[in-house]
Amino acid sequence: MSIAADSLHVFTRELKPVLRDPFQLVFSLVQPLTFLALFGPLLSGTTGQPLSETFQWFVPGILVMVTLFGTAMTGSNLLYEIILGSHERMLVTPVSRAALLVGRACKEMVPLVVQAAVLCLIAAFFGFRPHIPGLLLGLILLAILGMGLGALSYALGIAARKEDWIFWAVQQTVLFPLMLLSGILLPLSQGPHWMEVISWFNPLTYLVDALRVLVEGDFADPAVWQGGIAAALVTAVGLAVGIRSMRRSL
Amino acid sequence: MSTPIISARKLRKVFPGKGQEEVVAVADLTMDIEEGSLTAFLGPNGAGKSTSLRMLTTLMPPTSGTATVCGHDIVKHTAQVRASIGYIGQKNGISPYQRLRDELQSQGLMYGLGRTESTRRTDELIEALELGEVADRRAQSLSGGQKRRADIALGLIPQPRLLLLDEPSTGLDPQSRANLWEHILQMRRRHGMTLLLTTHYLDEADQFAERVLVIDRGQLIADDTAPRLKATLAGDWITVTVPTQTTTTAAEVIRTTARSSGARDPEPDISDAGGDSQRLIVTVDRGENLLPVLIRDLDAAGAQVLTADLDQPTLDDVFLTLTGRSLREESQTVHTAEPTMTGAPQ
Repeated sequence: MSIAADSLHVFTRELKPVLRDPFQLVFSLVQPLTFLALFGPLLSGTTGQPLSETFQWFVPGILVMVTLFGTAMTGSNLLYEIILGSHERMLVTPVSRAALLVGRACKEMVPLVVQAAVLCLIAAFFGFRPHIPGLLLGLILLAILGMGLGALSYALGIAARKEDWIFWAVQQTVLFPLMLLSGILLPLSQGPHWMEVISWFNPLTYLVDALRVLVEGDFADPAVWQGGIAAALVTAVGLAVGIRSMRRSL
Repeated sequence: MSTPIISARKLRKVFPGKGQEEVVAVADLTMDIEEGSLTAFLGPNGAGKSTSLRMLTTLMPPTSGTATVCGHDIVKHTAQVRASIGYIGQKNGISPYQRLRDELQSQGLMYGLGRTESTRRTDELIEALELGEVADRRAQSLSGGQKRRADIALGLIPQPRLLLLDEPSTGLDPQSRANLWEHILQMRRRHGMTLLLTTHYLDEADQFAERVLVIDRGQLIADDTAPRLKATLAGDWITVTVPTQTTTTAAEVIRTTARSSGARDPEPDISDAGGDSQRLIVTVDRGENLLPVLIRDLDAAGAQVLTADLDQPTLDDVFLTLTGRSLREESQTVHTAEPTMTGAPQ
């Protein structure tokens, strides 16, 4: 079988628990909805702008946050499958190691796009008015980013297979700085210069900027292609590292 | 002779140990497994059984040596090996997040079966392994025995020529073990496949395996059928008790009779049996034939036989003869000659 066919089978397998139990998707919307409900009005009050305008700036960042937190945790599923034994069984099937990773990483795109769409719909009730083609392109960028972040999370899960606490320790250490240093919650231009400099090395920054211009329908803004390159780069690195890890995952 | 389904030559696996030391998990394993046979690797934890299986299933490459499985080289043609075999690991193969029916269908697709065929085999195995009631439940709610039967179904989905099972019944209660074996043997009869399994349960190897490979500290130390291993390596024990005053006569009779039957060590062990009697024990081959002869000879010599017992050996006695250690006791202790997972969720 080809890698594409193998990956499709793995993708389908991974998607089944999500489709059988969609409540988990609803539950994972609690965190971003909390941010929208509590941080949105706070931001609106601080800036003195109406909530609808605040959401126009804030929602794209929340979509990137959903992508980051949703996909970063996924490696724990593989980690437990390694510990409990089902991953070993998968390794003895004829499916290639690359497909085992690619199929899993591709699956990450589905829940995050669904969640992002639901969030946009809810935000629309409070005045969020995205440019639809721009939003669709933004969701594609997020899907690509999610695949890369998912692949990295799987690689981390594999790396932590003998000491599972490492997975959670790295998550805790990395996720919040990544989020804060991407301008998801507040514009970094308002902070100290060194924070802005660090954010230039954070690929999420470019995705947040890209989504903010895309929901305004500004396709010509350089932030769009910069966001695309950042997403592609994360995915390329994620898949390379992830496939390499999968080959050594016993 | 037909081509063996597994052929290993000087298969060796060495793990880096602490410091400069290396751990030889499997040392130059050479064996041929005939198609259609049921063979058991018997040995204590850490003997190298699972590592051998992991090399044969392509999960880990050997450090040196060669092996073919279903005619394919385990290093050069890993995909072909994996497409030809079914594997049931020590741990559960079904993901806790999945439903059994979904997992079986996915497994079929991964082996290249079409959707229709995959569904057909899924339904067939669910019925054959009596898993209908739990097929649509998440695996984490299944009992230990149900999970193990689910593992067998997963291993059988591709209808493999060769099924490798790594300690299939470890951790199950006696009833679930019996039920599991019933299903394994039923599936074997139905599909006519070759089975190679590892176990540290002596009774399983004794009862079910047509051939037993005894492995200890990475070395294959015996290879035969269970009855032959017991007959040649352990022998039967005849125990008689006689009045103390006839002990010398009885010992002489036993010595002569045992020697004439070809016993390797005809000298009886003598110990006090209490009540002015002595116990004499001698190791012989085919004790069931010799015991009546011995009683008759003792009687004729005037040594009255008070009691007579025949004890036949177990595979544990074979292991004891080969290594000087009891497999039953070894199995209580977990050796870790090979890497293990840690950090399982509580």
